[in-house]
Amino acid sequence: MTTTAKPRSRMSLRDRIHVFDAKGSPYLLVAPFFLLFAVFGLFPMIFTLYASMQDWSVRRPERSFIGLDNYSFLLFEYDRFGWSIFNTLGMFVIATIPQLIVALMVANALNKRLRGQLMWRMLVLAPIVTSVMAVGIVFARIWGQEYGMVNGFLGLFGVDNINWHSGRLSSWVAIASMVDWRWMGYNALIYLAAMQVIPRNLYEAAALDGASASQQFWKITIPQLKPVIIFTVFISSVGGMMLFVEPMMFGSGQLSGGTAGQFQTTSMVLVDMLRTHGNYGLSSAAGWILFVVIGLVAGLNFLIINRLQGDK
Amino acid sequence: MSTALKQPQARPAAGAPKRRNRGRHLVSIGGAAGTPSLLTKITLGVVIALSIFPLYWMIVIASRTSRDAISFPPALLPGGNLGEHVERALSDPQANLLLGLQNSFIITGTVTVSVVLISTLAGFAFAKLQFKGSRLLMGVVLATMMVPLQHLGLVPLYLLMVELGWLDTLQAAILPFLVNGFGIFLMRQYTIQSVPDELIEAARMDGASTIGIWWRIVLPALRPGMVVLGLLTFMLNWNEFLWPFMVLSNNNPTIQLAIRQISIGLYSTDLSMVFTGTLISIIPITVIFIVFGRQIVSGIMEGSNK
Repeated sequence: MTTTAKPRSRMSLRDRIHVFDAKGSPYLLVAPFFLLFAVFGLFPMIFTLYASMQDWSVRRPERSFIGLDNYSFLLFEYDRFGWSIFNTLGMFVIATIPQLIVALMVANALNKRLRGQLMWRMLVLAPIVTSVMAVGIVFARIWGQEYGMVNGFLGLFGVDNINWHSGRLSSWVAIASMVDWRWMGYNALIYLAAMQVIPRNLYEAAALDGASASQQFWKITIPQLKPVIIFTVFISSVGGMMLFVEPMMFGSGQLSGGTAGQFQTTSMVLVDMLRTHGNYGLSSAAGWILFVVIGLVAGLNFLIINRLQGDK
Repeated sequence: MSTALKQPQARPAAGAPKRRNRGRHLVSIGGAAGTPSLLTKITLGVVIALSIFPLYWMIVIASRTSRDAISFPPALLPGGNLGEHVERALSDPQANLLLGLQNSFIITGTVTVSVVLISTLAGFAFAKLQFKGSRLLMGVVLATMMVPLQHLGLVPLYLLMVELGWLDTLQAAILPFLVNGFGIFLMRQYTIQSVPDELIEAARMDGASTIGIWWRIVLPALRPGMVVLGLLTFMLNWNEFLWPFMVLSNNNPTIQLAIRQISIGLYSTDLSMVFTGTLISIIPITVIFIVFGRQIVSGIMEGSNK
């Protein structure tokens, strides 16, 4: 790479192979990724954009260009779609905020001097072994109206049986519990990793200045963790906006998300459009709208967290 | 991303580190390695209890009768029916659990091998080789991690599989997952950490080709990283639902499709059997988690902190 091959004609065959190797091999090494990505990632994305502007379904296989009609149908005519975005955002908010706060507390606890470090970390992470499907199956029963454990527990305090599935907010809470249960430990470990690289002398200096443990947590730990918090919120928003299996299993495996779509997410609408109605155009448009929403949510989260920290 | 995450830590430490050794025992240091307070212990205890309970309860109900699932206070001790339930679930031809397990192993195994290999190749190139456009290409790799590719590609990929006549075949479930941007990101970090430049230079002096260097120097050094990436990829793909749901049927399911079918159809009224199936479905990952717990924990912690 450093030598510009000036006396090219006089190079031996071996040198030429060597130059080719140095210049060409890197591209060969990254080629498998980019080839497969082009076929199974990039091309489908672009094709989806094209399909989203077509009147195209199983029943109308000869597609015709209709501009942005699919988008305006979803956004302005098909009520369930707008609600699905609202539902998805709502579940994301009530799942993410408590989850990340608890994860921070747990990370802080794990960062103390504990015997059997690895065991504690594994116990916190254990829910991750459960597939989303298994979580959905078990938690749907836990939140059941007649025999569910949550209602049974609330009954001890004289609370009447709640039909968690029927209300919007109540079903969100139940679904958020599945997300939180599965991901809290994962986020806690990410925070723990970041806490461990905070320089110790920051704490020592603060302690000498008389800062209490909780002051140290708020004035040192949290600001130092800001980049990681942004990272986890970002990852959670991408994942949360694609929520699918949990609400599906909460609704007995159906894509309708409750009788009135009270817990139907945008992913469920998208899949429903494709699987149940065979409408390729609408499903594609739903995908791109979802993509834009994810971008907006991620950007907004970034701004909010930045602002919060800026006040300090 | 790696640099973006690291930067703020360069903030200067305020205060006087000179006097560090004096008074260390007189003040409470709330940060690393402090002693846990009572509140800390309680928090941890409650969280872990809540983390474990649903898993434990699954075992309890799977080993008792469905009647016990609907009693309150809930049954809290395992019963003696687990063996019988497992046998019944596995031998029920309609449940398709064995086929589901087998399919999931084939799909997940293939995807894992592919992701690990492709990621070590590209990770090495991005970490140690200079080539035009490498920054741009790495940017593309990172961007792929942020895009909901599955949702944006659902329609064309589904139609492609229909066109090829591959619905209900395993290759349809495998192909879209063969590459993964996160894998490259992780292997690039591992390569930077664990392969010294001098080693590569020395091998070049000896006339080794780039591929030869990858094979003889990079791969052996990356073995721990490959194990971590392999474990994470395996766990992620074992749990995959949406895409297999699109292209596979209940006649040729993955384990996730099979337990969904058990739960909403076959045994929808027999909770013991539902939980038995669910329990069977998480056993492979649980075994991996217990055997490789250390690597998985460190993989998650290191992967995020770069």
